[in-house]
Amino acid sequence: MPTWGNSVQPDISVRNLNKVYAGGFQALNNINLDIRRGEIFALLGPNGAGKTTLISIICGIVNASSGTVLAAGHDIVRDYRAARATIGLVPQELNTDAFETVWDAVSFSRGLFGKAANPAHIEKVLKDLSLWDKRNNRIMSLSGGMKRRVMIAKALSHEPRILFLDEPTAGVDVELRRDMWDMVRGLRANGVTIILTTHYIEEAEEMADRIGVIRQGEIILVEGKEQLMAKLGKKELRLLLQQPLSNIPNELAEEPIELSDDGFELVYTFDSQQTQAGVARLLRQLGELGIDYRDLQTRESSLEDIFVGLVHE
Amino acid sequence: MNLYGVKAIYRFEMARMWRTLMQSIASPVISTSLYFVVFGSAIGSRMGDIDGISYGAFIIPGLVMLSLLMQSISNASFGIYMPKFSGTIYEVLSAPVSYVEVVLGYVGAAATKSVILGTIILLTARIFVDYTVLHPVWMVSFLVLTSITFSLFGFIIGVWADGFEKLQIVPLMIVTPLVFLGGTFYSIDMLPEIWQTITLFNPVVYLISGFRWAFYGVSDIHVGISVAMTLLFMLGCMIAIWWIFKTGYRLRS
Repeated sequence: MPTWGNSVQPDISVRNLNKVYAGGFQALNNINLDIRRGEIFALLGPNGAGKTTLISIICGIVNASSGTVLAAGHDIVRDYRAARATIGLVPQELNTDAFETVWDAVSFSRGLFGKAANPAHIEKVLKDLSLWDKRNNRIMSLSGGMKRRVMIAKALSHEPRILFLDEPTAGVDVELRRDMWDMVRGLRANGVTIILTTHYIEEAEEMADRIGVIRQGEIILVEGKEQLMAKLGKKELRLLLQQPLSNIPNELAEEPIELSDDGFELVYTFDSQQTQAGVARLLRQLGELGIDYRDLQTRESSLEDIFVGLVHE
Repeated sequence: MNLYGVKAIYRFEMARMWRTLMQSIASPVISTSLYFVVFGSAIGSRMGDIDGISYGAFIIPGLVMLSLLMQSISNASFGIYMPKFSGTIYEVLSAPVSYVEVVLGYVGAAATKSVILGTIILLTARIFVDYTVLHPVWMVSFLVLTSITFSLFGFIIGVWADGFEKLQIVPLMIVTPLVFLGGTFYSIDMLPEIWQTITLFNPVVYLISGFRWAFYGVSDIHVGISVAMTLLFMLGCMIAIWWIFKTGYRLRS
């Protein structure tokens, strides 16, 4: 039997998961994925790649066509009560009640997830999300950003051990985004496993421990963020020349090097993993060839570049 | 059993009723009072007794049933339709609640409202018409049984409906005619023989007849058959709901 707090056992374990919608559209194709206890996992993929379908199946909103999912060691179908009790979900769409007060709506969520009332916890959640002043307001009277906070409060009301954030920062102002990431860091510090999808890749770059990329219903890559950046990241060296070149000298033809149209710029691309020897050799060669440069810059590709490269392969 | 979950849904739904007090209680009470004034007092005073019961008193069970059916269906269907419409249903679907618990919460609240409403209408009727209740236990049983059965039916309609129009269609186009043709305002015996037979296919006839028997001890149909038919309809609704959750029909894709 899986036990709580066992760090070896993944918190979410997806095996051979498929989803074919009634119209015949295959949204997920044989997904296998483990999410570790206490990590922040970013699921990246273009629109329609299957991110929301995957999250919806794990949370019990959509039925899988085949395959199994364990959440905190519990099968999400056979043992759905135990599985779902551990999960909090903040969906992408801003779906909130209208006439209920913030306090009632958040308390409702706690009860729904089978927890006895705990006003102290609800108070803490509302205060953490700067909703305390609004607790007696009807949700319909709140701004979009505040409604987003209410949805997060609902997901946290029952003290979940696993939290899904589906595009949490879409259409959210800078302040709320910052608050939200502070909150996510705080939750992780308390041992909550967090799975998020986002379109803002710099967020994933900043927040995530590991990154999974999903494309057309298939997981094409799961990697620690650092390893991913190191493995797939490219570095560029730009040399601004004193005198324009008409073409790349023959001595450099073998190198991954490009000349700009105006002949003033040489761009040398190399893997992040590669040692600096390549750069040193190149600069020496340029010196020997008598090519002078007035400036040089290096640039590391961002996660976004890597992501775009992967998705368009 | 996730009792906290059932309680949360039940309380959420009851809170909705208190918020919409005018719509859920006042409007059916007013419309039923109008029936009592027009048919009970004004026209009723010129009508002969039916089965030895004054016309005003005769129509009470039918009018209570009319409100009970309409309100049970509309409350329960609205209760489950709204979260579907607003998208908040995701929370119920992702919560550790079984479908029995979901139904207990939504249908339980809708049925509670109907019982409260039926009681208020009966008390209101007392202002206009003098009536007796010969079998109070049966009367309450019918009231509760009908409220539960038609709240179950309303729940099904709420799941089935994919627009506000469909939500209205069944109560207005099907239930209202069935109630009016189900012997609310007349005894089945007063119909030509062919219509008496056709009427027996109307399930509401059994409800009204049984309910009226609980008041006055007279009925068009044996009370046992009335109870059996109501229970049969309830069973049908339960099977439909079981199927809805088993297949995920219009709830889980």
